[in-house]
Amino acid sequence: MSVPSAWYLVLAAVLFTMGATGLLIRRNVLIMFMCIELMLNAVNLTFVTFARLLNDIGGQVDVLFVLVVAAAEVVVGLAIIVALFRRRAAATADDIHILKG
Amino acid sequence: MNAAYLIVAFPLAGAIILLFGGRKITDPVSGWLATAMAAGSFVATVVVWATLLGRPGSSRSVDKTIFTWMPVGTLHVSFGLQLDPLSILWSLFVTGVGTLITMYSIGYMRGDPSFSRFFFYLNAFIFSMVILVLADNYLFSFLGWEGVGFCSYGLVGFWFDRDSAAVAAKKAFVTNRVGDFGFMVALYLMFAHFGSFNYSVVLAPLAAGHATIATSTATFISVMLVLGAVAKSAQIPLYMWLPDAMEGPTPVSALIHAATMVTAGVYLIARTAPILHFSPDAQWIIASIGAGTCFLAATIACVQDDIKRVLAYSTVSQIGYMFLGEGSGDYQAGIYHTVMHAFFKALLFLAAGSIIHALHDEQNMKRMGNLRKYLPITFPAFMAGMLALAAIPPFDGFWSKDEVLDAAWHKSPVLWALGVAGAGLTAYYMSRQVRLVFWGKSRWETSAADHGAAGDTGRGGHGAASEVGHGSAAPHDAPWTMTVPLVILAVAATFGWLLNAPFGGLDFINKWLAPIFPSTVATPFTVSTDTKWVLGVVATAFSLTGLALGMGLWRKAVNRPALEPAFLAHAWYIDDGIAAAVSGPLARMATRFSFVVDVRWVDGLVNGVARSAAGAGRQLRRVQTGYVRNYALAIGIGTAALLFYVSVRAGS
Amino acid sequence: MLATLSAAMLADTSGQALAHASAWAVFAVGATMILTGAAGVILLRNPVHSALMLVVTLFGVALEFIDESADFLAAVQIIVYAGAVVILFLFVIMFLGVDRKEAIAAEPTKLQKPLAALMGLVVLVEILALSRVDHWASGAPAQSGLLNGPGDNVQKLGQAVYTGYLLPFEMTAALLVIAVVATVVLSKRSASTAEPTGPDPLEQAEEPDESEVAL
Repeated sequence: MSVPSAWYLVLAAVLFTMGATGLLIRRNVLIMFMCIELMLNAVNLTFVTFARLLNDIGGQVDVLFVLVVAAAEVVVGLAIIVALFRRRAAATADDIHILKG
Repeated sequence: MNAAYLIVAFPLAGAIILLFGGRKITDPVSGWLATAMAAGSFVATVVVWATLLGRPGSSRSVDKTIFTWMPVGTLHVSFGLQLDPLSILWSLFVTGVGTLITMYSIGYMRGDPSFSRFFFYLNAFIFSMVILVLADNYLFSFLGWEGVGFCSYGLVGFWFDRDSAAVAAKKAFVTNRVGDFGFMVALYLMFAHFGSFNYSVVLAPLAAGHATIATSTATFISVMLVLGAVAKSAQIPLYMWLPDAMEGPTPVSALIHAATMVTAGVYLIARTAPILHFSPDAQWIIASIGAGTCFLAATIACVQDDIKRVLAYSTVSQIGYMFLGEGSGDYQAGIYHTVMHAFFKALLFLAAGSIIHALHDEQNMKRMGNLRKYLPITFPAFMAGMLALAAIPPFDGFWSKDEVLDAAWHKSPVLWALGVAGAGLTAYYMSRQVRLVFWGKSRWETSAADHGAAGDTGRGGHGAASEVGHGSAAPHDAPWTMTVPLVILAVAATFGWLLNAPFGGLDFINKWLAPIFPSTVATPFTVSTDTKWVLGVVATAFSLTGLALGMGLWRKAVNRPALEPAFLAHAWYIDDGIAAAVSGPLARMATRFSFVVDVRWVDGLVNGVARSAAGAGRQLRRVQTGYVRNYALAIGIGTAALLFYVSVRAGS
Repeated sequence: MLATLSAAMLADTSGQALAHASAWAVFAVGATMILTGAAGVILLRNPVHSALMLVVTLFGVALEFIDESADFLAAVQIIVYAGAVVILFLFVIMFLGVDRKEAIAAEPTKLQKPLAALMGLVVLVEILALSRVDHWASGAPAQSGLLNGPGDNVQKLGQAVYTGYLLPFEMTAALLVIAVVATVVLSKRSASTAEPTGPDPLEQAEEPDESEVAL
């Protein structure tokens, strides 16, 4: 009747991978954050798909919570970034390497 | 029978008191304390002896256990005492002579700053020696064996700030270690074969004829024990430490290196007789070593200048006789000679000490002379000892040496010949010594002047420079604490032979030791009385010839280069040869080994471990790049690996 | 909307086939948006461009939600995610001035990019392989109410949240408060640094979030 679930799941997997790879490739902190958002969205998609598959509203409830937590996470993360990069312009993730052994 | 514990307890108590309280106890109190302890031990031994005497001959063996030391599986080793004729006999003369010498040391060591330490060592020594002879198992006896070795080290190196003394002590200990190796191997073999170290398990069945032991095993065990005995009793090839051990104070030489410690090897062989019975080869080895050493040492003694060195080589030679007697199958003869030797050799050493003391530490005979006029007690005592040693009838040595030579003849005429030659040489060098010391001109007067000018300080006795006080005065006899033991021992040297005279039923020692050496242990043999007379006459003739030669040749002369070849003076270059071999190529090899093994391998290994740990750390450090993205990548790779594992497991 | 459009265009007799086709169409469009958006996010140099591509991706995901009949979630997705979160991002980008092109500095670890690409590929393959080799729809009975069946999506969602998931719901509320407080504390400037700032964009942007959830 509608698109089989597998397609959605594959789409979600691809999105997740792209997000993960992007996170590792990019150096700009904010773009890295956006890639995290991509991953979270992929997870949301997966949750909704499974909710439909299993005929359980719980999946969608979980998506709600993921959304809220993602928002909170973004808020705090950006606050940290602001605090960190207040002084420097064009700073990248590579500039934070004090823990170098 | 509980007095047996006191035999051990008294010297132990003395040693402990002097060890911890020695500094507070002044001289001569510590000396008298030690003497009292030694005397207590002697009295206890006499009590035990009397108790044993009261029993019939066959039941004169008592075993007393102090406590169990090592109960391990089937092996039970305990601190136990075996009181039987052999051990009590040894204990008697060890504690007896030990007491006399301890008393003598009070006078000899007066003024020495380490007075109490000396008496601690003496008591500890008597304790260890008593353990050695009274133990009821080989392992406990070995404890005493090691103990006497340690005390010998401590006493020879008593004046340790003297290089020569420290070196001599080390030499004695290391040489004894070689013997201890033999003893230990024998212990292992005993354990492997018998499963126990107790005399009651190892020796008693063999002695009673209940059990036998293969010749090869017996030989192996015996030879290893003989190795130990050879080291402790200073026989070929491990005798070199004894002459050097004369660096210790003279009482030490008397006690340890004449009467007691060096007889430990003789005791061990006597104790192990049941095993030796099954190994004729071992007995041949013992007898040959004895005869050879007897002759070799006697030749070297003929040319020594130091009064103590003559006596040291003489000891080595006389112990050779004891070995000869035991190896020839006549243990009682060997033991009889041991007891006699203890008397007269201790006497000789103590008398020599008296002389040294009188001359303010002069030990070179070439610088003595004419002392018979000045030392009225020491002179006859020394003469008694000398005549006993030279086996001039009717003094001690004559009777015991005769017994030994009879046994030697039975074993092999060659051994007998060596023994007789040794006897002749003994008489010669003793008379040479006596002549040089007591007759002739007073060569010490010029020496004393030299020494006085140099202002030397003597050891042991007078302390201060010889000018003040005694320096210019004539030598005189020692105080009574030193002369009384001399007199007692002189009497023993003269009449002691009555303990085992071969006539009139006076062979007390033989009868006393009979239960120890039944026919299953020592095959009895008889030398016909005629042969005995002939042998005795021949031997006495040799002795008298030697005596006459010695007395004659050395009446006036002091230096006779023809009679003192360098070859003999350097002890056949044996010691020098060993030193050259060891210090040359061996030392080089040792140095090289130490470099390769210790520095390169061991240190390299240890440092290498440290370096590799640090290096590994340095390499691992590179993982900590500090870049968050690298860490995230690592997490990602880990996730990939995990998923891989899951998919593989899930799929299969 | 798209469904009615395609229905009008195709003039198919079977409503089922139409629905089916429209579902596929929606899916296809959504997928395209998602993938191009994601590609844009990770490949574009300018961060502002990346943020805009992120919006495209989020719209695509919302489309997929609709296709799966998760209407309420689609709405929330657009309003919260695309409407608030991305705005936040843009604010910070502007605020910090990192909108300049990413400096083409040398990568400290040379292997990072190739390894990352490889890892991504491997993970994708594995996930897909897992989808083939395992049974993942365990079929446990629904814990919190049925998805399908009578009633609105919103109604069912609300019932589940306020009955079964009440505690997590309240906790998310607490979480948001904490997040706000943390943000204020973190970005508070000490008196010494005298960098002039405008009103803190983070505090302002927080309003839509809380009001959304209170719905």
